[in-house]
Amino acid sequence: MRQLRIDLSKCDAGRATCQHECESSCVEKVFKLTDPAMAALHIRELADGSGQAVLCDQCGDCVVVCPTEALSRNKLGVVVIDKKVCVGCYMCMGFCEKEIFERNPEWTEPYKCISCGICVKACPHAALEIVDVPEPAYRIL
Amino acid sequence: MSQFVFDPTKVMDIDFTKRTEYLEGLEAIKAAHKVLKEISFTPSLPDKGYNHRSLYVNVGTLEVKEKPVTQQMKDVFLGGRGFGLWHLWNAVKPTTRWNDPENEIIICPGPVSGITQYAGTGKSLVVTLSPQTDIPIDSNVGGYFGPLLKFSGFDALEIQGKSECDLIVFIDGQKGIIRIEEAPEEPVDSHVLAEVLTHMYAENDADRVNISVVCTGAAAEHSLIGMLNFSWWDHRRGCIRLKQAGRGGIGTVFRNKRIRAVVCRGPQVKGDLNNVADYETIAKTGIKYHKEIRENDPYQCMMRRNGTAHIVEIMDAYDLLPTHNFQYGSHPDTHKIDSAYWQSRCTQKTVDGCWYGCSMACAKGADGLVVKTGPYKGHTVTVDGPEYENAAGLGSNCGVFDPDYLLELNFYCDTYGICTITYGTLTAFVMECYQRGILNKERTGGLEMTWGNAEDDLEMMHQMARGEGFGIIAGQGVKKMKEIFIKNGWGDPKLINDIGMENKGLEYSQYMSKESLAQQGGYALTNKGPQHDEAWLIFMDMVNKQIPTFEDKAEALYYFPLFRTWFGLNGFCKLPWNDVVPSNNAQQPEAHKIPEHVQNYVDIFTATTGIKIDKDELIHQSAKVYNFQRIFNIRMGKGLRKDDHAPFRALGPVTTEEYLSRQERYDKQIAEEMKLDPTTMSLEEKMAAHRSWRQGRYEQLTDAVYKRRGWTPNGVPTLERLKELGLDAFPEVVDVVKLHL
Repeated sequence: MRQLRIDLSKCDAGRATCQHECESSCVEKVFKLTDPAMAALHIRELADGSGQAVLCDQCGDCVVVCPTEALSRNKLGVVVIDKKVCVGCYMCMGFCEKEIFERNPEWTEPYKCISCGICVKACPHAALEIVDVPEPAYRIL
Repeated sequence: MSQFVFDPTKVMDIDFTKRTEYLEGLEAIKAAHKVLKEISFTPSLPDKGYNHRSLYVNVGTLEVKEKPVTQQMKDVFLGGRGFGLWHLWNAVKPTTRWNDPENEIIICPGPVSGITQYAGTGKSLVVTLSPQTDIPIDSNVGGYFGPLLKFSGFDALEIQGKSECDLIVFIDGQKGIIRIEEAPEEPVDSHVLAEVLTHMYAENDADRVNISVVCTGAAAEHSLIGMLNFSWWDHRRGCIRLKQAGRGGIGTVFRNKRIRAVVCRGPQVKGDLNNVADYETIAKTGIKYHKEIRENDPYQCMMRRNGTAHIVEIMDAYDLLPTHNFQYGSHPDTHKIDSAYWQSRCTQKTVDGCWYGCSMACAKGADGLVVKTGPYKGHTVTVDGPEYENAAGLGSNCGVFDPDYLLELNFYCDTYGICTITYGTLTAFVMECYQRGILNKERTGGLEMTWGNAEDDLEMMHQMARGEGFGIIAGQGVKKMKEIFIKNGWGDPKLINDIGMENKGLEYSQYMSKESLAQQGGYALTNKGPQHDEAWLIFMDMVNKQIPTFEDKAEALYYFPLFRTWFGLNGFCKLPWNDVVPSNNAQQPEAHKIPEHVQNYVDIFTATTGIKIDKDELIHQSAKVYNFQRIFNIRMGKGLRKDDHAPFRALGPVTTEEYLSRQERYDKQIAEEMKLDPTTMSLEEKMAAHRSWRQGRYEQLTDAVYKRRGWTPNGVPTLERLKELGLDAFPEVVDVVKLHL
């Protein structure tokens, strides 16, 4: 499956040399929104100056808890939401340990990273990459 | 008491998509339908939780009409059980009984019901005059019917009249059609009927999830203990699932009206159909709660793994698990039906929950059961649950510790349309009568009702479904069985009355209240009879020890019946309130109320309706309906102090065996509480002392609770209390009270 990964040693979490183009490109190009806080990935600077990334690793926990099967893996193994089927219960959001889901107050359906790679192209430091990894077994949650 | 750890490797490998199908005759069944009445209506979505109209259907005259939901109804009765009671009050007279045409069945979801973001928000409340108690019964039930009814355009469905033929009421909220159809060829039992009707009324595969069927089964026709099943389509399993409006014989009224089913086809559900006032607050509160379940449930109740059966071993460890008709509180074989077993037996690889967004997901399912007896012998079925009440009622209370038989009893109760709790308690009574010679093989027509004899237990249920033999007598319930046995001179009337676990005509649910004064009141000082809907205090009293003093218990019997009534006014489930708690709950003031969750409910109600309330106003809202229901009971000839008495088995040891099984505890109470010397007393004297002390304590509690509730010593709400609650605006309500002051 396609999985987004980050090398934090290359990433500039503190924005000294970039403007977190990963977040702005995601929110603008993928979700047609403007506020980078609503991107499907987040890079945060911690108090000690190091970086922390909030990324979806396509683990599939959300697929397990979704009551409507709106969440499923596509042929690339990426977990995607079928908005037509989603009933906006947000169990995926509550059960995601990495808290990668986002929600636009204008929509009832949440959204998430689809490993599209737009952020990879936008990153000036080549800190992000899309890799192909085996799908993990589904957990019982 | 240590918590079992969930081990996925121990879960039985059963194909949860495999079961016997019943669709072969569907086209012929459908072809036999004859449309008796069809009208169109304009579907609508609620505004802040209300459509402001209800649907009235008379199955006798075939009248179908819309009725307005007035501001006064919203202000006083709120919704759900409140609307149900108000409609019923207006429909019946003091002389009306359950089988009169004017009796109604009202199904009402409540203003919050149907939101998808918080756990336990898809409930319907069902109200009718009970064939067991002759007063209103209300039952809180899951499944999709209530929300789909509301999203079709109605805040309540009121069914009156009696039909001369079997019929189906179909509400199509997509097309705006209400149709009454004669249904002569329908299968009778719920697991078949709900499957057939779901396929019949869905227009395609994806539409099945928009269908919910309300129906009952064969035993509801021949007993007074019939219940209603509410279905939903479980698309992972590829089958219908059922939740039950169990208590009080609602299914019996349903079949007496000759209704086969009520079917609703709603619109496709989305997260915003309830058109709430403040969506963001509900979304945030819901996500916070889902996280709490994810983080805490594996270390607290494990509801997602076990459902409510998680407390079987806890009840046993605290000597509170009803065993052999509430004689004892534990059994060496309990481990065969404890939560470790149900974890392995229930399918864990799928999503359970009887409405969208229920992260508590307690609606477990045991798949792949091959039925051993009765008309479905050899069929492979999915059994819902078993819930705690079923494990205890059908299991330990009757001495049945074989889990396969327990599941089969559960399956047949569900599909035959009878209440598992009621059936468990009445069978335990029959078995004790058999043990004590009040019944014998001749009197039961050949049934050997010994403890744990699941085969004859099942045969009694099959008789109930066929309308034959001793099954007909058992199906009358404990109250009427007591009268029959006494009239026939089969045993000592005092003993029969002491061990028959009913109050107001309703059977006790499955907790041993003998050692918990709070639960004694929680059972018998209730509006509808002994159940755990109003005041489930036993855990708080005996396990968590949160209400130690007499005053604490009396206060709990004021607060909790009102707090828990509120769930039924809005369409909430009670379990998400206290079957998981925030990590810091124990450090909060009034931890037993779970203050963070109370605030969640206050926030969700305000965010749904736009009506700002706080936790005190929440109780005030409930008090209006709770007191109205008490007055309704009085109007129907019950609801006074005499009706709140408990059978002695619920208060203390009836027999010498019971006394001896807890001699140390009972002797200590004689010394410490009664200030007598047990070493100088005979067993009979000690038992007499206990009876007198326990009955006195119960009367003292009754006095304190009535006073706190604003009732007279006879249990009648005072005129001052009516005024505080605004019920004095209804002269007919005041008139009922005045007759008893």
